[in-house]
Amino acid sequence: MERFTLDNGLRVVLAPDRSVPVVAVSVFYDVGMRNEPEGRTGFAHLFEHMMFQGSANVPKMEHARLVQAAGGTFNGSTHQDYTNYFEALPAEALERALFLEADRMAAPAITEENLRNQIDVVKEEIRVNVLNRPYGAFPWLQLPQIAFESFANTHDGYGSFVDLESSTVDDATDFFSRYYAPGNAVLCIGGDVDVAETERLIQRWFGPVAARPVQPIPETGEARPTEVRTAIVEDALAPAPALALGWRVPDPVGDFHGYLGTVLLAELLSEGDASRLERRLVHDDRIAIAQSSYVGLFGDPFDVRDATLLTTQVHHPAGVPADRVHAAIDEEILRIATDGVGADELRRVQARTEAQLLRQADSVLGRTLGFAAAELIHGRAELAGELAARLAAVTPEQVRDAARGLDPDSAAVLELRATGGRR
Amino acid sequence: MTGGLDLSLIPPLGEPRPQPVPEAHETTLPSGLRLVTVPRPGVPLIELRLRVPFAARTAVAAGEHTARGAVLSGAVLLGTSRHDQTGIAELLQSHGAELSISTDPDRLLFATTMLPDGLGPVVGLLAELLTDATYPDDQVEGERGRVAERIAIARSQPGVIARTALAARRYGDHPYAIQLPDDALVAAVDGEALRTLHRERVLPAGSSLVLVGDLDPGQAADVVTAALDAWSATGHAVEAPPAPELRVPGIAVVDRPGAVQSNVRLGGPAPGRTDADLPAVRLANMIFGGYFSSRLVENIRERRGYTYSPRSSVDHQAAGSSFIVEADVTTEVTGAALLETWYELGRMALTPVSEAELDGARRYILGSMALSTATHAGLASTLSALIGAGLPAEWLAEHQQALGAVAVEQVQDVSLRYLAAEALTAVVVGDSDRIVSQLQALAPVTLTKDQDPA
Repeated sequence: MERFTLDNGLRVVLAPDRSVPVVAVSVFYDVGMRNEPEGRTGFAHLFEHMMFQGSANVPKMEHARLVQAAGGTFNGSTHQDYTNYFEALPAEALERALFLEADRMAAPAITEENLRNQIDVVKEEIRVNVLNRPYGAFPWLQLPQIAFESFANTHDGYGSFVDLESSTVDDATDFFSRYYAPGNAVLCIGGDVDVAETERLIQRWFGPVAARPVQPIPETGEARPTEVRTAIVEDALAPAPALALGWRVPDPVGDFHGYLGTVLLAELLSEGDASRLERRLVHDDRIAIAQSSYVGLFGDPFDVRDATLLTTQVHHPAGVPADRVHAAIDEEILRIATDGVGADELRRVQARTEAQLLRQADSVLGRTLGFAAAELIHGRAELAGELAARLAAVTPEQVRDAARGLDPDSAAVLELRATGGRR
Repeated sequence: MTGGLDLSLIPPLGEPRPQPVPEAHETTLPSGLRLVTVPRPGVPLIELRLRVPFAARTAVAAGEHTARGAVLSGAVLLGTSRHDQTGIAELLQSHGAELSISTDPDRLLFATTMLPDGLGPVVGLLAELLTDATYPDDQVEGERGRVAERIAIARSQPGVIARTALAARRYGDHPYAIQLPDDALVAAVDGEALRTLHRERVLPAGSSLVLVGDLDPGQAADVVTAALDAWSATGHAVEAPPAPELRVPGIAVVDRPGAVQSNVRLGGPAPGRTDADLPAVRLANMIFGGYFSSRLVENIRERRGYTYSPRSSVDHQAAGSSFIVEADVTTEVTGAALLETWYELGRMALTPVSEAELDGARRYILGSMALSTATHAGLASTLSALIGAGLPAEWLAEHQQALGAVAVEQVQDVSLRYLAAEALTAVVVGDSDRIVSQLQALAPVTLTKDQDPA
């Protein structure tokens, strides 16, 4: 792996692998939903959309055409702590992708017309994913409201329609200026590349992007809660109730050792028919239709740098009270906290986790995104390649300690009540 | 918009580098099972796909068959005479595997990844499931209850309501009309019914097993042959009967009171995988709405902001292929969005596409095929679908060549036949009080107030 920094501050990571003639190009900007200002909920995501509206030398729609007509795919995504943009392309299209990313890093087409259009598109995205479907906000928009205190951690990262509609071109220009400086980004390229040639191309296209001051990243962490917080939400579209529990977990960066124990605990609790909660809730007690546990708001434990949760969510039949489900989950966690876990059980979970990590890394794009996230969050892209070994080294004691950290007296408890019958 | 821009800045593409050609080893076991193994560099994993033909025998039997299949796909993992449910799950997990089992109107599919040392044990367990799944009565009861609850949740999703309504309107009483089984039929499934279904229909004849990844083809074939020796039940694979399109004119509205969006769906026939028209139709689909750089996305998303992810696709089922258009649009512009969609369909049928559009679509299909088969999982799924359809692995390369030969005139010719609005069945799910009058401006509307199956 090669690493260097351009004069304008852009950090670059190259991860060559010439086994298939494919390259992945990704740019990660160090700004996410947690960084958006009050009154501008959803702005990080709205701005992500604006980055696809063309740039100084690329007309609207042409970004997509230039990637896709080269045989490539593209996308972007907004996370709590970063926003990323990426392409996977045939190797011969590398320079084109570098040009496109550099052009929008220098000057995206932030116009009134583009902004109004993308506000409409984002509202449709929210309607599809949240407003027009059952369980749309459950639990990712609803649980943080009770699990955390600060605006950074509790607000709706998709954005309220009021905030979205009142967004202006000036807001977008300010946001770009503040957060999209080359010094606030990581460029990570993986796949079929020649290192020396790629360095030359990066200098050519990204070198001229003007340096701008980079603001220090504000802390978004907050103190651990000291009491249970509960909320009940009604979902008029849902046919059956659901329950989500959220516990604060060790710091994803500062206490990586403890964090890895928690990541495996989530797997041990809920991955597959052999897992503790699948057996207890679904098969033995038959009080759940489906269950899952995961670390990180979007289910990726390695895309967060600050305070986050282990979430357990359960869909259960209307005839089963939420309290009964809750009590069974608490019992299972207490059992691990008290009795620990067997080495055999943990080894099986580690084998499954290893296979899942390898599967993700089998695509050049998946691997490259992992390196980029690790570079941005931990300052070490290599960590992404070491995760399987780090997780394989987790001990039964670490998992037991992680379970002890899931204190029932400081959990956030969200009950979803189905109030709409079949629709 | 382009004035003042210096497009000469855009770097040209370099020389394409050769695509690795997968080395597929094919053999047929004495039982009739087709085995395909593909050694592939990359991560140390093996991907497994076992595809078993699983169509309903007749339209009349389809409701019950679908209900039993839905329960069977979970219940097959409930136990064998040697392993209980937990034992099965633990064995798989210890090799990094987790079997996902799913059904659709054509087949039953077993799929998993695994660490390379798991090949013997995982295929051994698969053999046990195929020959010795016990379907314990009490646990089947629990499973069918969960299936019923999951179906109720699925039915509350607007996308599922729309897909179900479109399939019913296109296929009438053909098995393909059934997207989700009926609650009462699910409630009637018991262990005995599943044991019978398994015995009669989970057969090696017509089935195919695909293994891709970190393996030695000879060794893998030996492991599979030895492990699956006992899976020798005889019988004939059942394929779905031909699926004629009813082509009901007008627009069917399914009422979803209070919906803030309408789910617009259009669907009609498309050429199958061996039809010479397929390459041109795939290209026409891309140019119309198959990817972001398409006319539909440019029009109703990037110009008008009516929708987030409008799209079109060509899908293949054994007894019929489909061209499908989907757009979830805000309620107020439902009629306008359908009008623009029809306009873009009409433009495809009546005027030629540009060479640039055709070339872009072609390069995208070829590039995305290369990307999607550049992982063990992607290649395994692609090969399993091909072989399940009775096609050789070489079909991929032949299809790529055929895509290269398609001309502008052919795209217009197939668009006239397959993409014309007149060829497509139209369904809209939404708040009927607010959308019927909009849609009536375009075509006659029939309204369904209740989406529950009769």
